[in-house]
Amino acid sequence: MPPGTPPGARSLHRFANPGRFLRLTDPWMPWLWALALGVTGAGAYWALVVSPADWQQGETVRIMYVHVPMAWLAMGGYMGLAILSLMSLIWRHPLADLTARELSPVGAVATALCLATGSLWGKPMWGTWWVWDARLTSVLVLFFLWLGHAALVRAFDDMERGARAGAILALVGIVNIPIVKFSVDWWNTLHQPASVTRLDSPGMHVDMLYPLLTCALGFTLLFAVTVLARTRAAVMERRVRALEMARARRFDAAQ
Amino acid sequence: MTRKKRRMWILLLCGIGLGSATALTLTAFQDNLVFFRSPSDIMTAEPRPAPDRAFRLGGLVESGSVERQPAVAGQRPVVHFRVTDGAHAIPVVYAGVLPDLFREGQGVVTMGRLGPDGIFRASEVLARHDETYMPPEVADALKRAGHWNPAQGAPPPPATWNTLDPDRRPPAPAGRTGS
Repeated sequence: MPPGTPPGARSLHRFANPGRFLRLTDPWMPWLWALALGVTGAGAYWALVVSPADWQQGETVRIMYVHVPMAWLAMGGYMGLAILSLMSLIWRHPLADLTARELSPVGAVATALCLATGSLWGKPMWGTWWVWDARLTSVLVLFFLWLGHAALVRAFDDMERGARAGAILALVGIVNIPIVKFSVDWWNTLHQPASVTRLDSPGMHVDMLYPLLTCALGFTLLFAVTVLARTRAAVMERRVRALEMARARRFDAAQ
Repeated sequence: MTRKKRRMWILLLCGIGLGSATALTLTAFQDNLVFFRSPSDIMTAEPRPAPDRAFRLGGLVESGSVERQPAVAGQRPVVHFRVTDGAHAIPVVYAGVLPDLFREGQGVVTMGRLGPDGIFRASEVLARHDETYMPPEVADALKRAGHWNPAQGAPPPPATWNTLDPDRRPPAPAGRTGS
């Protein structure tokens, strides 16, 4: 690393060494899994058993405790993918490529769950499974971006070319994120505007808001630890492949 | 300029270009991206939408306007109501099953055609959920205290009720009383 590198970039590059990344994260994994499962479990109990029904939606409101965290993760995870893509394109950070590759299938699952739970809620409440309004359509585009990234990075024999193509796709797709977020404010849609993330007081009673935030924290931890575990597995897999190649070369040389 | 700096600038310029292209496209298609049109849009439009053109009409179900026709065996139930946005209201007739959330004061989006008689014949009625979530006890407390009549529209500002505990203390004085 050149001597003039800013300290932030240096600390990021500490994790660029895959062996050090495995060593540093190893003791944390069981604790992170326990924390993620514990918070998700507590949030699920609070949301599904303790919290009250809604005055007009009845028990159907409980779908929201999965739908909203998944929507936040679909968008927040995509911001993470964009940051990883920047790190990959500008600093050629090797772990950013691997993490992005392992992140996109998880992001696609979160977005699919958001769409599926929204559809299940929409049929009894709105009276339809699906409409082509700006919010629903832009989230569907987000789902295709996640799937497209997951497919594109795996479509090249040369992993580095795949990672570069995926990073460019992810950065182009970032224009969709403000459209998803603000579609309900810019245009009229069937989907309601934001209840929690708005400037004045949340339009949700605290008996529902606190379990929702707990669920959101739990699912976020679960999302993060899943991506971390997948990345660790990918690093180990790459190491196994390198060892096998080395053995094959030794075997060839001995012939 | 180092290679990293150059790559950063290229990405930044691409981002600005892509962002402004998207913003311009969305502004150009502004009118086509809306999901429904309000009664004011329709009533002030010149010319009025042709009777053979289907579009979506959205607004609140006017208080006191819902009339259900007596059910006839073997036929779908017919309901009359008016969709309003405060300034204008359009009468709607619909034959079919209404969604659970349909009620007076609720937002709805209806798909159909505006007849020459000024009546909107809907083939589909969807309920629109507003962004408020509250337990039934809190809604009852607000209604009892006269702070809110759901048939008249949106609830009072959330800061007046989102920490309300109906079992322990009376509703906080709202900014505006029931209208």
